[in-house]
Amino acid sequence: MTALIVISLVGIATLFGGVFNWKGKTLWFAVAGIIATLVLNFMDWNTGYSYFNQMVKFDNYALAFNGILLTSTLLIMLLCSHHYRNVAQNMIADIYGLIIFTLVGGMLMTSYSNLTMLFLGIEILSIPLYILAGSNRADSKSNESAMKYFLMGSFASGFLLFGIALLFGATGSFHLEGIKTFLSNNPSSANNSMVAVGILMLMVGFLFKVAAVPFHFWAPDVYEGAPTLITGFMATVVKTAGFAAFYRLFSYCFADLSGLWVPLLSIAAVLTLFVGNITALYQKGIKRLLAYSSISHAGYLILAVLAMQDQSDSALLFYTAVYSVSTICAFAVLIAIKEVTGTDSIESLHGMARKNPLLGIATTIAFLSLAGIPPLAGFFAKYFIFVTAMKSGYGWLVLIAVINSLIGAYYYLRVINSVFTKNEQAEKIELNWAYNLVLILTALLSLAIGIAPDFLVNLI
Amino acid sequence: MITLFLIAWPLITGLLLFLSGEESARKLALVSSLVQLVATAFLFFSFQSTAETQFLVDWPWVQSLGIHFKVGIDGISIIMVLLTNLLLPFIILSSGLNRYDKSNALYALMLIMQSALIGVFTSLDGFLYYIFWELALIPVYFILLLWGSNRKVTVKFFLYTLAGSLFMLAGLIYLYTQTESKSFDIDAFYALNLPAETQKWVFWLIFIAFAIKIPVFPFHSWQPATYTESPTPGTMLLSGIMLKMGLYSMIRWILPVLPEAADHWDNAVIGLCVIGIIYGAWIAINQKDIKTLFAFSSMSHVGLIAAGIMAANVHGLQGSLIQMLSHGINVVGLFFIADIIYKRTGTREIEHLGGIRSKAPVFATLFMIILLGSVALPLTNGFVGEFLLLSGVYQFNAWYAAAAGTTIILGAVYMLKMYQHTMLGDVQTATADFAEVTLQEKLVLVPIVILVIAIGVYPKPLLDISAPAVNHLLEQMNSYTTYLR
Repeated sequence: MTALIVISLVGIATLFGGVFNWKGKTLWFAVAGIIATLVLNFMDWNTGYSYFNQMVKFDNYALAFNGILLTSTLLIMLLCSHHYRNVAQNMIADIYGLIIFTLVGGMLMTSYSNLTMLFLGIEILSIPLYILAGSNRADSKSNESAMKYFLMGSFASGFLLFGIALLFGATGSFHLEGIKTFLSNNPSSANNSMVAVGILMLMVGFLFKVAAVPFHFWAPDVYEGAPTLITGFMATVVKTAGFAAFYRLFSYCFADLSGLWVPLLSIAAVLTLFVGNITALYQKGIKRLLAYSSISHAGYLILAVLAMQDQSDSALLFYTAVYSVSTICAFAVLIAIKEVTGTDSIESLHGMARKNPLLGIATTIAFLSLAGIPPLAGFFAKYFIFVTAMKSGYGWLVLIAVINSLIGAYYYLRVINSVFTKNEQAEKIELNWAYNLVLILTALLSLAIGIAPDFLVNLI
Repeated sequence: MITLFLIAWPLITGLLLFLSGEESARKLALVSSLVQLVATAFLFFSFQSTAETQFLVDWPWVQSLGIHFKVGIDGISIIMVLLTNLLLPFIILSSGLNRYDKSNALYALMLIMQSALIGVFTSLDGFLYYIFWELALIPVYFILLLWGSNRKVTVKFFLYTLAGSLFMLAGLIYLYTQTESKSFDIDAFYALNLPAETQKWVFWLIFIAFAIKIPVFPFHSWQPATYTESPTPGTMLLSGIMLKMGLYSMIRWILPVLPEAADHWDNAVIGLCVIGIIYGAWIAINQKDIKTLFAFSSMSHVGLIAAGIMAANVHGLQGSLIQMLSHGINVVGLFFIADIIYKRTGTREIEHLGGIRSKAPVFATLFMIILLGSVALPLTNGFVGEFLLLSGVYQFNAWYAAAAGTTIILGAVYMLKMYQHTMLGDVQTATADFAEVTLQEKLVLVPIVILVIAIGVYPKPLLDISAPAVNHLLEQMNSYTTYLR
């Protein structure tokens, strides 16, 4: 709880950084704030306290996911120092502030134990993001992205709110525990249309937020239009928070009513996998490729939600952690390349291995990890999800996911091949220490988590 | 602990090699592989010829998921370890023929590959085995990508093999969920006793990975182009060692784990193998390019090995083990010779070659001996293996054996025809100033020739070392199938 309070205060203080002209120090203040929050977050480990009349509960599940959110944000903040180096620093204090507010929303989404809190969390997460997506004011694509995201996001919020209201009407409670008790005491509620429609609406809302097919149409345009750094932030932090919230609600409250939503969610998983991966095959730009790849990864994550098995939460945690780390690495490379070459086409990577060995190695590791090639962490993450799904009897879904891993490997390999294509004209890219640190750290983590997965597997 | 050394040593030296200079890289790699060979010799002499798994290392890795780092060596894997570590010095030596750009990276990848291969041949935990299986793919992918001549072929190869591997992963996960103790340990897999119906479909999930890697007809379409377009060290690694991963895995992970399915599908699989044997040989007869010819010939020979394994009797398995070793030695020799010819004449087309024997008699003689080993002339290494294999297939079904036996006849046809056109006959413009073998080339070819003859004349030590393990494996299979009936 102290973590949540501190990070909110840091966010507000960061806004004042612009007012009082802290310039470059604003960023480092925010970074220090996030690190402090990270420490405070894990100091609550194993306590499991609830606050505000059981509105939020900081159990290990919430704390572990918060750890991922905070670490991802920290890494993205470190990239800011290079990305925004030519922008007047007091102009972008609000961007840092908004990133931190998004993070606050995400932290609420992992720890809610009351549906109103879930809604608040999602809104706190979403509203700053709408602004962030449009933060490149001079670029019409960025504006378009913000507009689309806002409209679609509002719809999704509407669905969620409807779902919450209907569920409240049927069960008489906003509390997860109250809903669970009511549903298990009244097994016939599966036939209650209010419950059924409520659950489905909630599901639709979540699928919107995590960009799963068929509610993904906003994602590619929004991801492409938003400033690249923000896209990276959306693809990692928002997706992680969305899935943490999704799993928390559905595995805890609706496990008994799985007949209602499991068939539909299975279809969504299959569609997400195929649409995401097959569309990614045809992308020429890395940014759009990563957008579709991020959609396809939602498909694997849905498998963990479906499995609802005692290790599924660990599998979900593991996958989101690994996916975030590797994706941030990929986005870091993308930002650097785009700045120098002015394009994000796959060909712009030519000659990287020679001219920028660090970027080359980082790209190789990140994309191999995303493709799920052992011994990188992405493989173990996929494997872990497959195991839990298989244990719950979703063998057919695992086979479909396996086929999709193969399609995925193809387009990720195209990127890697491009890194190793010779190009004498490739330019040497100068990056500052923080940028290099992020590249090294994410690449190392993508490797190390794969070799020693035990810690993360047993975390929760 | 020696198992651990054999896995770790090439990995560490390989990683260090990335940092070394280009000039010294080949020498350093050679030293590393020779140290490994010495360690293998030591392993060979301290190995007790029993069915026991020896030099066992068993560490928990991801305990909550039943994953162990468990490696060990028995009479079957020791042959494979020998194959890998024996061939690698030759492959490194023979690659001195060409100048490779960024050669330190090439040798580093070769050593990392060696480590992964030893891992595949020694792991006794399904998960670990899978990791090594895939890990072996990454270095060879980069070798083909960076030094090969055709990227499309490389990507096709990678995706083809990855496809098989992923299905195998699904199969392994399924087996894991069925084990009582939720463990990947091979002993837990052996104790599975799955119902026959389940075994039948799990068999294909797993076997498809091996069938692609070997390759068994009709999963071979990646192979000829990949062999031809690869840099020679890549071709040697692929054909000499890597495809044996599939064959070895059939012995280790299919026969004892899914005995009922192996019994049920043996006709189908051996049938496919026999088709592959004849098909490969038939296409080889009409090849104009030496390297492609060797690629198809390799496919034909390997089909016989797979058939011998599926026959699942003593002769079939013993023959397969010794033939895997012999085939590896011969194929490295043959591809090296193709490389020498290409280097000197600038062509691999048979019709542009001829009369080399009159220019380089020693070279032609060495080539002849390796070639005879490949066509299984008695007293060469190929004969021991193919004879046992055919005998094994014969015990299974005489008709299959008769059809598979054509591999020897057809093999003699295309090999001798090729030899006649390249080595004998009139000197052509391309071969007009064909130089005799250099000392460096002799260092590779002479030991290979010695091995061809030595194993052909006296294969007993090799057969003895694997016999107890093979017998034990067959007992295990039989006790299980009788238990079901």
